[in-house]
Amino acid sequence: MATEFEIKPYPELWAGLDMDVPRFDKARLMLGEAYAKTYLSQKNRPVGMAYFDTMIAEIHGGRIQELLAAKAEGRPVIGTFCVYIPEEIVLAAGGICVGLCGGSQGSVPDAEKILPRNICPMVKSAFGFKAGRICPYFQAVDFVYGETTCDAKKKTWEILDTMVPTYVMEIPQLKRQRDLDLWLAEVKDFKTKVEEVAGRTITETDLAAAVKIMNNKRKALQRLNSLRHHNPTPISGKDGLLIEQIAFYDEPMRFTKKVNALCDELEERIKAGVAVPTKNAIRVMVAGTPMALPNWKIHNLVEGAGAVIVNEESCIGTRYFKDLIDESAATMDTMLAALTDRYKEIDCSCFTPNDERITQVIKEFRDSHAQGIINYSLQFCHTYNIEEIRIRQACEREKIPYLFIESDYSAEDVGQLQTRIEAFLEQIGG
Amino acid sequence: MYIGVDLGSRTVKMAVWDGERLVEHRIEPSGFEPHRQAEKMIADYRAKVVVATGYGRHLAAEHFADAVITEIKAHARGISHEFPGCATIVDVGGQDSKVISLDAAGRVSNFQMNDKCAAGTGRFLEIMAASLAYTLEEFGRAALTADQEVQINSMCTVFAESEVISMKNRGIAREEIARAVHSSVADRLAGMLARIGHGDPVAFSGGVARNPCMVELLEKRLGARVLVPELPDITGALGAALHGTGM
Ligand code: SF4
Ligand code: SF4
Repeated sequence: MATEFEIKPYPELWAGLDMDVPRFDKARLMLGEAYAKTYLSQKNRPVGMAYFDTMIAEIHGGRIQELLAAKAEGRPVIGTFCVYIPEEIVLAAGGICVGLCGGSQGSVPDAEKILPRNICPMVKSAFGFKAGRICPYFQAVDFVYGETTCDAKKKTWEILDTMVPTYVMEIPQLKRQRDLDLWLAEVKDFKTKVEEVAGRTITETDLAAAVKIMNNKRKALQRLNSLRHHNPTPISGKDGLLIEQIAFYDEPMRFTKKVNALCDELEERIKAGVAVPTKNAIRVMVAGTPMALPNWKIHNLVEGAGAVIVNEESCIGTRYFKDLIDESAATMDTMLAALTDRYKEIDCSCFTPNDERITQVIKEFRDSHAQGIINYSLQFCHTYNIEEIRIRQACEREKIPYLFIESDYSAEDVGQLQTRIEAFLEQIGG
Repeated sequence: MYIGVDLGSRTVKMAVWDGERLVEHRIEPSGFEPHRQAEKMIADYRAKVVVATGYGRHLAAEHFADAVITEIKAHARGISHEFPGCATIVDVGGQDSKVISLDAAGRVSNFQMNDKCAAGTGRFLEIMAASLAYTLEEFGRAALTADQEVQINSMCTVFAESEVISMKNRGIAREEIARAVHSSVADRLAGMLARIGHGDPVAFSGGVARNPCMVELLEKRLGARVLVPELPDITGALGAALHGTGM
């Protein structure tokens, strides 16, 4: 079965997007192989995962065709790199938002021809996809919207702008009133920009509908997350992470429906006592930097060692869906204020102070009935690497078994990580 | 017989435990296929249980071992046997170094491994010894005789080596440079110990624990005696063998 899986090729579509087709086709085969090995070899997968398998098989074709069809109708397609960019506004203008974060080592050498080597691999991977013309999403977007969260990103936007129009939203790094005022003003500017590209004004009705769509999507992901918290858990951490990753490029309403259908199945599984992988598997929670598709490194190692991951405290994880927007606002001004209110709850380490995140990590540890925390930081991500100290101290205080991993996308540290992860599981298992 | 094999990057270590005492131990180069080497080493014994540890542990499990444990757990087990009540282990092996905290029952409560680089490992010492034209045995002894200390600033093997070369060219005595190399490793280990917030007593395991200068410098940094087992290289193999007795 594993060998039949294929990521569908669309060479003409790719050529039309001015991609490096031969090179991309090789990457397609590699991704397909990695996916089959990592995902389709899992035992006891829920039937509802079939949809997400298809979303991977169609990642470089079917979904791209949908984006191009939207563009043909004059709807904007906007690429983003951060969960602080308000998708609701793009949706309200009839547009589509796609996450362009890169999780692949394959595009890093393309980036390193231009960017310094010693910066975050996620920035390098994403940038490399554009520089090498090996990502159809990057080729399909009208423009990208970056932000000023970290130095690696904000300085990369200046270079990226020479390849694809890149706008930048200022995200403050403190949460005082004057910072929040600035933030709201930035959100308003963003709305104006999106309206300009879409060629239409966003009405209250448009925005209310978009907020509802996104709230429903976030609720479905919350529901999935709380089902994963059941002990024994009915779905693997790898599958959980995959769904969180697909959330960044799928059509939101269809995605919501499919996640909810999967959740129905998981509820049945819980009733029937189905456990993935086994009843006594050690439960681990991951906290830290985002794991962008196809970064499954830590999940692979942890679940390969017989444990299971039950929660991701991450932007590709709970930070994306834990907060909802208050739907009771009725005027454009109050709606935008309610929206900004929700976005300011995201507790990224680029903020200071960031006590909320420390509390949130411990809360998610308790909620998920995990037995230990793996704190994961991408190499050269200063804010998460330094915030590690506070997470570690909190875990010491709460007597939570704790492991910190700093890693990039290369395979060279896999052996050592495997040893550290296995030793951590031995430590928890006694 | 309970056999523990530690399949390391440079050597394979074996310990044979008869239920009461260590009856045999061996160390051989890993070769191209460490699991074949290990298989040869255990062939002479009637093993009840074989437990593998070290980098080649999973390969060993595919071929012959009954169980695997990580080096971290194996060292914890081995050291707790030799020094009951030991609170912290410093293990410096060929390709990595670790600091392990133990609880009162001798179980691992925390650990740190140096990341992705040779600095602070046996390999680092080996390369530096070679560039000073010492054998490994001479290296530690010579460093002990230095009466002045110079400082190596770089922890990267490549840069440290060029620092060593430029020191040689400046006419600094060989022993002093040797001492500086040892000091830089000791500083690194002391840093790891501080990070983990170590408890006493501290034991030193792994092949590098046979180096008298490393022991002395570590004791200086900690301001306390460091426990060194009689056969520091086989601590992991012994721990693996002991783990087998509980299976
Ligand atoms: S980690 Fe911070 S900067 Fe990165 S996507 Fe999340 S919120 Fe944005
Ligand atoms: S992981 Fe850290 S360094 Fe990388 S993009 Fe996010 S905030 Fe920036």
